[in-house]
Amino acid sequence: MMDNLRDLYQEVIFDHNRNPRNFHVMKNADRKMEGFNPLCGDRLTLYLKIENGVIQDASFQGSGCAISTASVSLMTDIIKGQTLEQAEALFEAFHKITTGNDDEANLEGLGKLAVLAGVKEYPSRVKCATLPWHTLDAALKNQGNSVTTE
Amino acid sequence: MNQLVTPIGKHRFESIYNIGKIRADFPILSQRIRTKPLVYLDNAASAQKPTVVIDAIRHNYECDYSNIHRGVHSLSERSTAAYEDAREKVRAFINAASEKEIVFLRGTTEAINLVAQTFGRANIKEGDEILITTMEHHSNIVPWQMLCEQTGATLKVAPINRDGELILEGFEKLLSHRTKLVSVAHMSNALGTINPVEKIIELAHSRDIPVMLDGAQAIPHMKVDVAALDCDFYAFSGHKLYGPSGIGVLYAKAELLDAMPPYQGGGDMIRQVSFEKTEYNEIPFKFEAGTPNIAGAIALGAGIDYLEEIGIQNIADHENQLLQYATEQAKKVNGLTLIGTAKQKGAILSFVLEKIHPHDIGTFLDHMGIAVRAGHHCAMPVMDFFGVPATTRASFGMYNTREEVNSLIDGVQEVIEVFG
Repeated sequence: MMDNLRDLYQEVIFDHNRNPRNFHVMKNADRKMEGFNPLCGDRLTLYLKIENGVIQDASFQGSGCAISTASVSLMTDIIKGQTLEQAEALFEAFHKITTGNDDEANLEGLGKLAVLAGVKEYPSRVKCATLPWHTLDAALKNQGNSVTTE
Repeated sequence: MNQLVTPIGKHRFESIYNIGKIRADFPILSQRIRTKPLVYLDNAASAQKPTVVIDAIRHNYECDYSNIHRGVHSLSERSTAAYEDAREKVRAFINAASEKEIVFLRGTTEAINLVAQTFGRANIKEGDEILITTMEHHSNIVPWQMLCEQTGATLKVAPINRDGELILEGFEKLLSHRTKLVSVAHMSNALGTINPVEKIIELAHSRDIPVMLDGAQAIPHMKVDVAALDCDFYAFSGHKLYGPSGIGVLYAKAELLDAMPPYQGGGDMIRQVSFEKTEYNEIPFKFEAGTPNIAGAIALGAGIDYLEEIGIQNIADHENQLLQYATEQAKKVNGLTLIGTAKQKGAILSFVLEKIHPHDIGTFLDHMGIAVRAGHHCAMPVMDFFGVPATTRASFGMYNTREEVNSLIDGVQEVIEVFG
């Protein structure tokens, strides 16, 4: 594969695209939020189980490109066990690394999510990576029941 | 760039159609993208420009530019003459009866909106119907939905089959005394389907229903003769016809244009203005309020000269050969499904790959220098019909080669391997 494309399509991305984690409907979810990218048709439904201000469980359903599928798969893994404040902080940090507004963004604190930092070199694909996070943000703020990246 | 050029003499037609010379006429094609030779297969979104078009813009701004239709000085006279000369070139190109029937606008979208808001507002009322098809571009859906909201009319949609062809019997069933206008794509941007417009017009006209054709996709790929078609409105954009963006054309029969109220008010569209009463200018100027895209229109005329010189039928033959070859090659790719398999098709190859999203395909192909479109192609209802969120679309133009088709197919194979 073309070397520089490897920065975006790392093995972790392929892995999560082939075998998305937490890919199921959650029947007893406390929050359910739909995310839609009208540009490319990426569509997902995010489910959250929240107790005492902590995300106990997260899952999703939907279809999208490899970048958005890997992003939502990674996100649902990483936010489990986090407080709502921690999840919001992660959203802010993730937004910064993918939009390239902060060169010195703390990649270490993002763990596996750092693999998506390469997307900032592909302006047309940034929304693929950030759609799940915007959906999460809307779910945490309890805004309506759907969010789009447009 | 030699590897992109079909060897002359290898094929009789290729030797008549000098692809090497044509490619050299388009300066943008000789560049590399991410170290690979550019393979431009996004012509249905917008086509590249030959040197004669670029030179025409430059010449107008360097030598002749001024506002038109009002100055008594030399520059204004020169620009006016060149602008009106371009109108005559467009008239001849589509075989309209009179240059009065050629309205210069920004593009197809503006032309359809103009018809909706002038002809539509004047003639379509509550309870009336407008008939389109499932395969329309959003620009031939939304202006009619807006008109329906304003008037209380209803938008009817004629069905298509799994090959992406219009079901004519279904279309005919939807024609009634309530139908006040039929508006259909001459050729579909998402599927490549060429609609049976002669039959559509015959069916509609036998019931005295006027027909608008969205010619944005058809005009670069085939000879369009509005007199032979007898369509009432025909819209197209300059930028898909190897001309500049921001210039387009509405053809309409003179008696329709005469009866239609103006679209926008302003300068150049009036004959006489007082605060009591304004008298509108004659057609087509009644519909060209404000200073138009002067250099754009002139350059569109230069582009038409270029296409006429090569011959639109020769271009169509070349593209049809490419499409046939690309279709054969694509069918050999495991896991590839073509979306749009109409018998009558223009040079568009829309496809999906099993388990690989079009946006991933698009990014990978771009890394190989190949420009395709990935998305819903502004035709979301047709994507819904085929049950896909998006497709990858390769669309061919006059300068594309068999070698470029090979690059595309090789690229797609590589994407499949990587995603395994």
